[in-house]
Formats: sequence, C-alpha cells, structure tokens
Amino acid sequence: MATPLKLKELSKKPDLLTHGHRMCAGCGAPIVVKMVLMASEYPLVASNATGCLEVSTCISEYTAWKIPWIHSAFENAAATISGVETMYRAWKKKGKITEKVKFIAFGGDGGTYDIGFQSLSGAMERGHDMVYICYDNGAYMNTGIQRSSATPRGADTTTSPVGSVVLGKIQRRKDLTRIMAAHNIPYVAQASPSHWLDLMKKVRKALDVDGPAFINILSPCNRGWRSKTDDAIALSKLAVETCYWPLYEIENGVTRITFKPKEKKPLEEFLKPQGRFKHMFAPGNEHLLKQLQEDIDMEWERLNKESSTEK
Amino acid sequence: MKKWNELVPGAIILDAGNAVQFKTGSWRAFRPQWTEENCIHCLFCWIYCPDMAVKTEDGKMTGFDYDYCKGCGICARECPGKKGKKAIVMVEEGK
Ligand code: SF4
Ligand code: SF4
Repeated sequence: MATPLKLKELSKKPDLLTHGHRMCAGCGAPIVVKMVLMASEYPLVASNATGCLEVSTCISEYTAWKIPWIHSAFENAAATISGVETMYRAWKKKGKITEKVKFIAFGGDGGTYDIGFQSLSGAMERGHDMVYICYDNGAYMNTGIQRSSATPRGADTTTSPVGSVVLGKIQRRKDLTRIMAAHNIPYVAQASPSHWLDLMKKVRKALDVDGPAFINILSPCNRGWRSKTDDAIALSKLAVETCYWPLYEIENGVTRITFKPKEKKPLEEFLKPQGRFKHMFAPGNEHLLKQLQEDIDMEWERLNKESSTEK
Repeated sequence: MKKWNELVPGAIILDAGNAVQFKTGSWRAFRPQWTEENCIHCLFCWIYCPDMAVKTEDGKMTGFDYDYCKGCGICARECPGKKGKKAIVMVEEGK
C-alpha cells in the first residue's frame, strides 16, 4: 500500500538523499530532491546533469544518493537515463529482472532549458518511461551566477550585469513547461517546494504514467538570488502567490491549475527580498517592474484561459 | 582520501550514502534551538530542512542533528509554534 502523503507517515521512510551533501546552507535543490524521492513508491534509478546538485552530492568517492545514480555530462541527463531505461526493458523481456523500476533524470535550468534541451526533447519524443525533473533556480549558479534562458527578465547576473546602460537581463525567460507540453507527452507539471503536498502528488502522477513525464520545480538559490539563507520556502511561496510561478499540470492534454491564490499578490513582494532585482526599485526604473508585472499578468491570464476544470 | 589505484574502476561508488562521513555541521554560524513545549509536531521543520538534520521518531519532532545542520534557519522561519510562540529560534554559535 502506498504511504499516505502525510508528514507523520512520510517521516518514517528512510532518507534517499543523505545529509553530508555539500549544497549551500538553505539551498532549495536538496529540498526539492528529497520531496521527489520521498513521494516515490517505486525503486528508483536516477541520472543527473552537471550542475550544483550533481557536483555537491557526489564529490570524489562520496555520494549522498541511496539510489543507483549516474552522471555523465551536462547535456545528456535525459539521453543517459533513456539508455538505462531501454536496457531495463530489454532485461525485463528476457526475464533477467522482474521488479518494476522507475527512472528519473534531474537537471538544473542550465542543464535542462539550455544545454540538455535537445537530449530532453529527444527522450520525451521517443516515449521512454521516465520522469524528468528540472530544479529551476534561474541561472548557472554553480559556475558563478551566469544568466540562462530561465533567468527572469531584469535579473542581475554576472553575464547580464546591471550597469548604466543595460539594466540586468534584457530578454524574457523561456517558458519550458509549455514547450514540454507541446511534446504531447502524457504528463507535464509545474511545482514549488513550499507546496509540498501538491509537489508530491504531481511526482506520484508522473511516476505512475507509463511513458514520459516532465516536472518543472522552482528551486530558490540564496547565493544567486541574493537573498537570506532562511527564505527558500518563503520565497517559493511568494512566487506562487504572485503568480510568478503558477502551480498547474497538463494531464493528457488537459490543463488544470492546481492552486489558485485567493488574492494575487503584487510581484514586488517576491522581487523585493532578492538582491538580483534591487535596481528595479531604484527611482527611474519603475518601467522594469511594470514590464515584468505585465509579462506575469499576461502569462497568468493565458494559463487561466487554457485551464479547463478549475473554478 | 583513497589513492587513485584504490578506487573502484569506472568511477563507481559502491557505498551508497557514504557522504554521511562528511560532517557539515561545522559550517554553522547560527544554531537552531528547540523548545519542546511550543512544538505542535507539524513536522514543517523536518520536511523543509535541506540537510535532513531534523530528527524525528515515530512521526514526532525530537531535535536536531548538529553534526549536519548548516544553520540556514529555514526550520525556524517556517515553524508555526504554539500560540504565536516559535518552537525553534536561531542563536549565534558560541553564545
Ligand atoms: S516546525 Fe516547529 S512546531 Fe512544527 S514540528 Fe518543527 S519545531 Fe515543532
Ligand atoms: S537550520 Fe537549516 S540545516 Fe539546520 S535544521 Fe534548520 S533547516 Fe535544517
């Protein structure tokens, strides 16, 4: 029987990502990963794209993973795990293995939106029975906060620095969740660690699917976001409540918003605690804030139009 | 540290979870302190801790594992406590 999604019950399960990992204090990524692994009722095998999570959980001859885990390169977490899954199917056919095993690829936004994008797209299109989890912290944090295609417009990064002419990243962020939905795979979702139950329900759905699934999970990074070490959960909650990071799923083509904030908070509440948006609050830069708010409003409105069942 | 010729070929680690040999508690500048009578055992501290450093027993919070807690303060921030009184507060190390 499946463990009920109650903290009391879940706390009795063994940790599949152990302490002793070297992610920064207060990092969102290990919170995301522990929730994903905890939600699973299946034995798991994971691959990991190069990135913070990979380098900090597997240093030299030490690993924090209690499940079979493989890293090969930055660009091929999806291709790697799709190969493992194919091998598993071959073995199953030959009767060499009988157990039902599920496969997960983990990648940050750099390894997913940018560098690993073609291998991800290919694996999804080929229909492997796998779940791809992107932990999106909105830049190449591991190498020193370089902008990625997931970095929000206006954010200050080391390769989109705020100066006297250019004020942070100029371009809009890529909407990867929608792009994955356009692959017409059975399950696509967006989640946030602040809403742990919603996140775990989505992971269970994604794993139960017989075929490819993708979940994009917001993962606060206090180093890159220039925020405090204790606010990963508070900020991911604000991201949801301001509709910067809406929680929704697309199941067999049907879009459903899984959490609608009672009142949509102004975007400033999410941006203000983050140093990467500091310049947006300087006199004369009101247009930056306005523009980002308009982007968010437009996307939220479109999502509401597309979503069918939610009242 | 092992020498190169003592490592398993193929860069394979056979001892799953051996990162526990690394005590990350020495990173801490602030320490979470738990007051049991204010605790409602909601386990928010446990689910949100990035370092699996909140200890539980039979579904109840029992304290911290200071060998690994990095002192981020998430547990204290998210702790609802009882009647407006937090069950976790952060105190500076050495004080
Ligand atoms: S978050 Fe606070 S009230 Fe909840 S279990 Fe932890 S210490 Fe107790
Ligand atoms: S301070 Fe951070 S690392 Fe330490 S127990 Fe609290 S949440 Fe975990």
